[in-house]
Amino acid sequence: MCLAVPAQILTIQDDFLAQVEFGGIRRTISLQLLPQAQVGDYVLVHTGFAISIVDPEEARITLDLLRQMSDLDPDD
Amino acid sequence: MLLDAFRDPQLARQILNDIHALADQPMTFMEFCGGHTHAIMQFGIRQLLPKGVRLLSGPGCPVCVTSQRDIDQAIALAQLPGVIIATFGDMVRVPGTSHTLQQAAAAGADVRIVYSPMDAVDLAAAHPDRQVIFLGVGFETTAPGVAASILQARARGLDNYAILSMHKYTPPGMRAILDAGEVRLDGVIGPGHVSIIIGLDGWRFLPRDYAMPVVIAGFEPVDILLAIRALVRQVARGQARAENAYSRSVTPQGNPAALAIMNQVFEPVDADWRGFGRIPTSGMGLRAEFRAYNAAVRFALPDVPSREPPGCRCGEMLRGVIEPRACPLFGRACTPERPQGPCMVSDEGACAAHFLYQDLSL
Ligand code: SF4
Repeated sequence: MCLAVPAQILTIQDDFLAQVEFGGIRRTISLQLLPQAQVGDYVLVHTGFAISIVDPEEARITLDLLRQMSDLDPDD
Repeated sequence: MLLDAFRDPQLARQILNDIHALADQPMTFMEFCGGHTHAIMQFGIRQLLPKGVRLLSGPGCPVCVTSQRDIDQAIALAQLPGVIIATFGDMVRVPGTSHTLQQAAAAGADVRIVYSPMDAVDLAAAHPDRQVIFLGVGFETTAPGVAASILQARARGLDNYAILSMHKYTPPGMRAILDAGEVRLDGVIGPGHVSIIIGLDGWRFLPRDYAMPVVIAGFEPVDILLAIRALVRQVARGQARAENAYSRSVTPQGNPAALAIMNQVFEPVDADWRGFGRIPTSGMGLRAEFRAYNAAVRFALPDVPSREPPGCRCGEMLRGVIEPRACPLFGRACTPERPQGPCMVSDEGACAAHFLYQDLSL
């Protein structure tokens, strides 16, 4: 029930409605809970509402940190 | 795409190596969220961890923690004349004391499965001569959207839309487990999508009040392993901090627009949880201003004598006290096709997750 699926915003209409695409499938969702979202953003969608913008910069930082932080020798 | 890296087996292996190197003592972590339970089972994460590192499933399955009485009342509402029940799919198969919503529908009740609470508002607009009641089940992830549906119904002047709020706040559920002291935990994997709404700040009470480490996790294998590694590291170092291993989606403060709408419509009330009983200020009740949209006020809820399914140990499962195998019905009388209790109905239920991914070989 807490499942949220990433989608990309294609267009934004009035009334907080947006067309998004989930891996090939288009759907109209609401931006009422995420009014700052912009066309092109990847958002997580839950029960027809975008609830967060997936921040590519943060994703990159996590992955970079991960690559650096793994400085433990697996064999020791 | 960038996010595919969070499924990269090579990266997962590397984090696992770290976990094995860091885990210097036995430790037990609880994943609060049923979505995590599902992913942990699906990706076989338990089997990959060091022997001493145990994961326990928690109460983070909204349908599962809904009390038997609430389920019975929802089913009873469906039988009132002129009513359309709109609900998410999981609810229709949860066994009530005498039958399910699905069975009520087969006997003539009008029950519609919707993807979004907004679809329920559209149903109300399309059927002005009927009363549409949306069954509000879910945690902070779901409640803001349901709150938005009420604001929308009001803006559209619809007076035939109401919700039965069974929504719950997650932090009181976590507190209830720790206060009961039945399970010894060394850390908590924080729910990713709940935390999108309430933020990392919503979990700072764990280190502050319970000296309990908490790390928020996403739902890909790398996300979950990252959170486990962070927890193992805190325990090895004797720390207790609130950390965010899902920073691409979760911020410290959460989602302010969603919180504002949720708080505009709902207020904390005492609520009954399956397995826990009444937990103070853990439920979301509609504020007085919205009583016209409150199904519990608008309709006389019949007081059905409720009884949990005989033999079902869902309640203990939700408190982390037992694992699905401990239930004698698991995989025998109780399967996803013929669920006896809610923990086998919902994808987020521990019984369903164990049945689907691990324990087929009983
Ligand atoms: S296996 Fe079925 S009956 Fe047993 S605890 Fe789980 S849901 Fe209840």
